[in-house]
Amino acid sequence: MDDKLVIAGRQVTSRLFIGTGKFADYSLIPQVIKAAKAQVVTVALRRVDFDNPGENMLDYLPKDVIIMPNTSGARSAAEAVRIARIARETGCGDWVKIEVISDQKYLLPDNFETIIAIEILAKEGFVVLPYMSPDLMAAKRMVDAGAAAIMPLGAPIGTNRGIKTRELVQILISEIDLPVIVDAGIGRPSEAAEAMEMGAAAVLVNTAIATAENPVLMAKAFGQAVEAGRGAYLAGPGATRHFAEASSPLTGFLRREEKVGQ
Amino acid sequence: MTFYDEIVRLGGMDLAGFLERVTPSHVTNVLAKSDLQSQDFLALLSPQAAPFLEDMAQAAHRLTLQHFGRTILLYTPLYLSNYCVNQCVYCGFNATNTIERRKLTLAEVELEAKAIAETGLQHLLILTGESRQHSPISYIRDCVSVLRRYFSSISIEIYPLSADEYADLIAAGVDGLTIYQEAYEEKVYSLLHPKGPKRDYRFRLEAPERGGQAGIRAINIGPLLGLHEWRSEVFKAGVHAAYLQNRFPDIEISVSFPRMRPQFGDYRPGFPVSDRDLVQSILALRLFLPRAGITISTRERKELRDNLVKLGVTKMSAGSSTAIGGHTDARDSIGQFEISDRRSVDEMRRGIAHLGYKPILKDWHDLGREGKKVCQTTPIS
Repeated sequence: MDDKLVIAGRQVTSRLFIGTGKFADYSLIPQVIKAAKAQVVTVALRRVDFDNPGENMLDYLPKDVIIMPNTSGARSAAEAVRIARIARETGCGDWVKIEVISDQKYLLPDNFETIIAIEILAKEGFVVLPYMSPDLMAAKRMVDAGAAAIMPLGAPIGTNRGIKTRELVQILISEIDLPVIVDAGIGRPSEAAEAMEMGAAAVLVNTAIATAENPVLMAKAFGQAVEAGRGAYLAGPGATRHFAEASSPLTGFLRREEKVGQ
Repeated sequence: MTFYDEIVRLGGMDLAGFLERVTPSHVTNVLAKSDLQSQDFLALLSPQAAPFLEDMAQAAHRLTLQHFGRTILLYTPLYLSNYCVNQCVYCGFNATNTIERRKLTLAEVELEAKAIAETGLQHLLILTGESRQHSPISYIRDCVSVLRRYFSSISIEIYPLSADEYADLIAAGVDGLTIYQEAYEEKVYSLLHPKGPKRDYRFRLEAPERGGQAGIRAINIGPLLGLHEWRSEVFKAGVHAAYLQNRFPDIEISVSFPRMRPQFGDYRPGFPVSDRDLVQSILALRLFLPRAGITISTRERKELRDNLVKLGVTKMSAGSSTAIGGHTDARDSIGQFEISDRRSVDEMRRGIAHLGYKPILKDWHDLGREGKKVCQTTPIS
């Protein structure tokens, strides 16, 4: 079956995107990417160490990945734009994940500032993937501003709580024509599968893998779950029913009466 | 309203009475909660919470792992000047102490910067004594413009400034503000600071807010433990951090718990804080403020710092010297206080990695600096 994820004209081979924060050792990251069969990898520019050999996370990434720098630490559109431009100077390409967070307590994204940043960066030729709070009107404005995909949160970053925003994300999946990628909050492979079954184009996972006892094994499990969830979505699951098929507790009397009448 | 009003309000409360009335079941209830209020935090600082230290540690470890991962940010202090007009009774730089007074020239600042940058550190904390004559804002600004070429994040730990002065230094490249209230109990504060501008308790207490108004990225506060009863001091510092988090939601707030160390002079702390007390403070703060940074300096010895890595700490100093020119000058000049963990940056990096954590050398990119072409992958698009 032809089931390709295409973002800004580029075909992406894996629907599991990986975040690189919180790992105890950078050497784990290439193993995680391999085990997850991931292709898109996001890296916080604030952590990219240009000056220390062995400390530059970019050196640990396999050559065939799509690096998506993120603007972690940006508190405003202006800071996000500045960080995106610095990221572009690394020569890793034009993809950028916009993350504008003006709330350090819950780390919830600032949709308003994010829209402003998308508008500026899209005009400069960036492929912009915004991290956002799942709000349909904000998502539509992001599309108009030139976003290449929409990345709503399932739950606040790092909480591992699952798809708490399910209803709102489902609306985005139904209404937004761009790929909808569930970013943040996914704590278990089953939740990644759930997002994929809902029709998400992809999921982005970091904390759940990085803080697992065995990050490489967890990465593999996430990769399998994303594939399974996508498969289930494509297969079109049967409608769920509350009662066994044979029983008709409310209308069964009709059949009985019909039998009597025969 | 400022945090001073909050301190006045707390001053009217019977904290000691509350601490006495805490029961073990109260502590158990707090440990079962996911969102702690300030009175819950105080309960965790009570003597009755001490038997629950392991439970607190398990919860603090989980929360820290969730929010920060297995990472420890490393930084080092750079002392620019030890001229000081204050007479803090506990400080080696006390104006009445007859120690050699020095301030670094800009050329010396650059030598220190090179020596520190060679260790790989990217986060720097610059310090001065309080002397607007010897280390005015203009001097600090000049130092920052030199240091900015070597470091991706520069924080200041200097005398309290006005909001405009903070804005001036932020424009020069400063992104972090560290300022310790030393003693939150105002009467105790007055006794400890008999002379000099530091006598102004309120101007110091409100300094983090002025930094916040000026647009600083990160603020680090704390009490100096040993000067007064630790439970109330830690409580007020935690409430101060929560106040700053609420008032400035976009600023990264951290708390330090520096304990008094031997220094030049005769002062000995009247309220010693044991390792157990320090651990209880760190754990209670982590449970109260899951996202706050917690900083531990080289004041503490290696063995304790190693154990604290898993209990909620997120930042550590490394390769520290508290003497002027201490990163390049082998002379045995007198520092502000004695260092306890004397490991080099390299030893610290290996030590943290050995504990299963990643030592982070860079966690912010100075937005005034350009990027570098470093990407080895094939550019796409």
